[in-house]
Amino acid sequence: MSHAASVHSLWTLAADPPREIPAPHIEYAQLAPTLIVLGGAVLGILVEAFLPRRARYHAQLLLSVVGLAAAFAAVVALAAGGHAGEKARIAAMGAVAVDGPALFLQGTILLVSLIAVFTFAERRLDPAAHGNRVDSFAAQGSAVPGGEAEQAAVKAGFTTTEVFPLALFAVGGMLVFPAANDLLTLFVALEVFSLPLYVLCALARRQRLLSQESAVKYFLLGAFSSAFLLFGVALLYGYAGTVTYSGIAEVVSGTTRTVDPALASTMGNDALLLIGGALVLMGLLFKVGAVPFHMWTPDVYQGAPTPVTGFMAAATKIAGFGALLRLLYVVLPGMRWDWRPVMWGVAIVTMLLGAIVAVTQTDVKRLLAYSSIAHAGFILAGVIAASPDGVSSVLFYLAAYSFVTLGAFSVVTLVRDAGGEATHLSKWAGLGRRSPLVAAVFAVFLLAFAGIPLTSGFAGKFAVFKAAAQGGAGTLVIVGVLSSAIAAFFYIRVIVLMFFSEPKADGPTVAVPSALTSTAIAVGVAVTVVLGVAPQYFLDLAGQAGTFVR
Amino acid sequence: MSFPLLTATAVVPALGAVLTAAVPAARRSAAKWLALVFSLATLALAAVQLVRFDPGAEGPFQLTESHAWIKDFGVRYELGVDGIAVVLIALTALLIPFVILAGWHDADPLGTTSSRWRPTQGFFALILMVEAMVVISFEATDVFLFYIFFEAMLIPMYFLIGGFGDRAGERGEEETAAQRSYAAVKFLLYNLAGGLIMLAAVIGLYVVTADQLGTGTFSLQEIVQARADGQLDIATSTERALFLGFFFAFAVKAPLWPLHTWLPNAMGEATAPVAVLITAVVDKVGTFAMLRFCLQLFPEASKWATPVILVLALVSILYGALLAVGQRDIKRLVAYASISHFGFIILGIFAMTTQGQGGATLYMVNHGISTAALMLVAGFLISRRGSRLIADYGGVQKVAPVLAGTFLVGGLATLSLPGLAPFVSEFLVLTGTFSRYPVIGAIATFGIVLAALYVLVLYQRTMTGPVKESVRGMPDLRVRELVVVAPLIALLIFLGVYPKPVTEIVDPAVEHTMTQVDKVDPKPDVPLTDVEAAK
Repeated sequence: MSHAASVHSLWTLAADPPREIPAPHIEYAQLAPTLIVLGGAVLGILVEAFLPRRARYHAQLLLSVVGLAAAFAAVVALAAGGHAGEKARIAAMGAVAVDGPALFLQGTILLVSLIAVFTFAERRLDPAAHGNRVDSFAAQGSAVPGGEAEQAAVKAGFTTTEVFPLALFAVGGMLVFPAANDLLTLFVALEVFSLPLYVLCALARRQRLLSQESAVKYFLLGAFSSAFLLFGVALLYGYAGTVTYSGIAEVVSGTTRTVDPALASTMGNDALLLIGGALVLMGLLFKVGAVPFHMWTPDVYQGAPTPVTGFMAAATKIAGFGALLRLLYVVLPGMRWDWRPVMWGVAIVTMLLGAIVAVTQTDVKRLLAYSSIAHAGFILAGVIAASPDGVSSVLFYLAAYSFVTLGAFSVVTLVRDAGGEATHLSKWAGLGRRSPLVAAVFAVFLLAFAGIPLTSGFAGKFAVFKAAAQGGAGTLVIVGVLSSAIAAFFYIRVIVLMFFSEPKADGPTVAVPSALTSTAIAVGVAVTVVLGVAPQYFLDLAGQAGTFVR
Repeated sequence: MSFPLLTATAVVPALGAVLTAAVPAARRSAAKWLALVFSLATLALAAVQLVRFDPGAEGPFQLTESHAWIKDFGVRYELGVDGIAVVLIALTALLIPFVILAGWHDADPLGTTSSRWRPTQGFFALILMVEAMVVISFEATDVFLFYIFFEAMLIPMYFLIGGFGDRAGERGEEETAAQRSYAAVKFLLYNLAGGLIMLAAVIGLYVVTADQLGTGTFSLQEIVQARADGQLDIATSTERALFLGFFFAFAVKAPLWPLHTWLPNAMGEATAPVAVLITAVVDKVGTFAMLRFCLQLFPEASKWATPVILVLALVSILYGALLAVGQRDIKRLVAYASISHFGFIILGIFAMTTQGQGGATLYMVNHGISTAALMLVAGFLISRRGSRLIADYGGVQKVAPVLAGTFLVGGLATLSLPGLAPFVSEFLVLTGTFSRYPVIGAIATFGIVLAALYVLVLYQRTMTGPVKESVRGMPDLRVRELVVVAPLIALLIFLGVYPKPVTEIVDPAVEHTMTQVDKVDPKPDVPLTDVEAAK
């Protein structure tokens, strides 16, 4: 509050003689996770600038892994130090909250990113080009696809090691996004993690035009949604005279003390609140891929390099839902009766549309894209519960879902033919005959998506539906259960295809990955099973992290 | 702490499944023997359960185990058996070794395939996995725990149906595979849909208990106790909705008309041992769960729904039998006969008389044994000729008399011939139903007449008459096949003459269930004093 007031006074009182500007008080220790990751990203750029090309890959990989691991350690230290519970505070002059949900989501994002970086660094899957091992990324992003410059770059053995600092920047933004405690920080974090993702999407080594097309689509639609969000921020400022979450919440609940003279005519105008809140929500729903803001998902998921898709599908969803939760629970709890019916509608349409359209898909990446839309709907059911149980169920679901997603996309990178990844479903026929282990692992992930008991998917689904039912959203649970049944159909269809169809003679081969992708897949399977069989410890963790600081 | 017998009975087959799956590709027969040994070990544990079980003991459940599991969901790892469960576990453990023996060569790989493709290991591992999950479903006294295995069971079952079938006959490899995959998907979707509807009801149950008891619970005993004490008062409409959610899932599994259509496909396309696994083992979980969960958790709603369920059961009996008469495919015929029999079981359960429910439990056991006998012999027959069509057979009894003889005994058991086990249970179900609902009981008896028709016509067309060219030179039952069939027939005769060992264990549990639903047997219409006076 004091921060916003002081910012505000800077320009309303501009005519006053300059006074001493107070130095902001920053709690560096509490912001350590974000600072470490962003610092790592900056170092990564220096590595690109000064290290010889040969040394960059290993240096970048090491830097990313160490940075993410250190940031995760910092999160654990903060949580162990009580910052998730009684010592939860607003830090950095009210810009960032360090509390249970923030730390839980940051920890999850960091772990997911760590695994994702492994898949970024995989260099065993593509056949060596001119004697150089290559990864999933274009030799030179700026070279025209199919042009001479590209051929030269491939021949010279260039690789785009910039993906590592880009990923770190994105992670840095994602860490701030769910912790942002004022609308401007929210917007800045959104841009910090979105812009690197647009670039990453465009960097596929194979099918570069498709990849660039997806990046442009993502960028244009993302820019639109950012604009909506920003407009919403402006309207909310007009309504409350402040951009801090707690400040807006106070105006909404009518407990605010001061009326800003400059905004006297607009403050407390409910039209501004409703329109502004709706616009900000739109921006967030776009990021999590909820209907009707889901249009970008299938194209982007399909076109982006698969490791990026996995990273995006998992980490963006965590960050987006984290921000959504904080917005709805901290800023707009007083508006519950206004936003709940709308979110009901969004959740129902998202679940049904995701599940129904997925049935008709023939490409495994598009299939997973629509499945991610359906899952966004399930998570929204937990969000709507509007209770601490709802928060912790969403946290648990996000953790469970993100590892399954990452694992599933890692498996997709393994199935290849001459044109790169063989993502068309017809090519997956009979995979179970040829590579039983890979097919079995993918089947585990699909069963988890379908929410079959003894997988993490079931525990997560049960948690959110339970919270929704307790929050009085029984209808939503019924719709959720019905769309789960529809969704089960297409997950099962892939299993049928893998195990019960005869393999085609010219079918794809399964590449043998290095330890990096193997680790990613193994972690995915392990988390899926552990969270399915013995979820109590993690439910406790999510339960303790269920309270927002205001 | 005493030895966790119930856990062990489920863990042993699960362990067997893991070990069997791990056997290297070249050591196929080792995998088979390993699976057989583990199924026998499970049988031994089930026998220990039977011995340690005391029918006269106080309390609803025995050999109980209880551990914390998922506190946040109010879920406990709670096991316990009553007379009904212990008998059905014994039935399951008894049938699995026969299923394994009967399917000894069903999953041998054809020709040369990839060295990593190990269908044989997979087949037997999946059978043991199903056994483990079925056993734990019978033992679970926590609704959530039950639900988890009730659902998870579908996955290995699905792979068994879709992954392994009869050798392609005249239909060609591709069409056979397509049909099989269709059957597997249909099985899974029907059951998954049922299960998901039940999930909504399970969540509803949690919400109701959490609202009224402070903490949500899934423990059957706790809920029943709380309702008896008046702490838990479920509104009538809520109770009915929850009941319907549970019943729907069990009715799909059982299967009850009109949710039965997956069964003929699944049993037709699966190999005979897997068909036995479906109808004799897995489907029993559905009827068992009606007794244990529907009646005990929702007694009022059960009574409310009884008229409709009885009519559906009646339709099942007659519809299944009529369609069985019209079948041209041996396995589908047995499937429709099973639908008819499941109608009898459900009729017995919801007649709400001691005789009816005791008869229904006995029926589950007897149907398991008799269908296993009939279906496995049918499987041996089909494997010899490579066709499931009745029209492709004729005069088999002249070429393979032992096969024909055992087929006849299995068939006669299916039509409930007096002297064979199913007669006793069918009689009990019918008298139990008749004493409360005379009209329904009377109509249900037509099911027996139709059963005689479909079984005898099947026998007549396949086994008697002139020997068809296609069955000439058909070998009779081998030793392995005799080892499978002989004990089953012996059991059918033994339980037909002397069913007391089973009824003694079952009856106290049935009486307990009856008190839960607050029903007493109707008084006989003819006063006993008059009967005595007439003497």
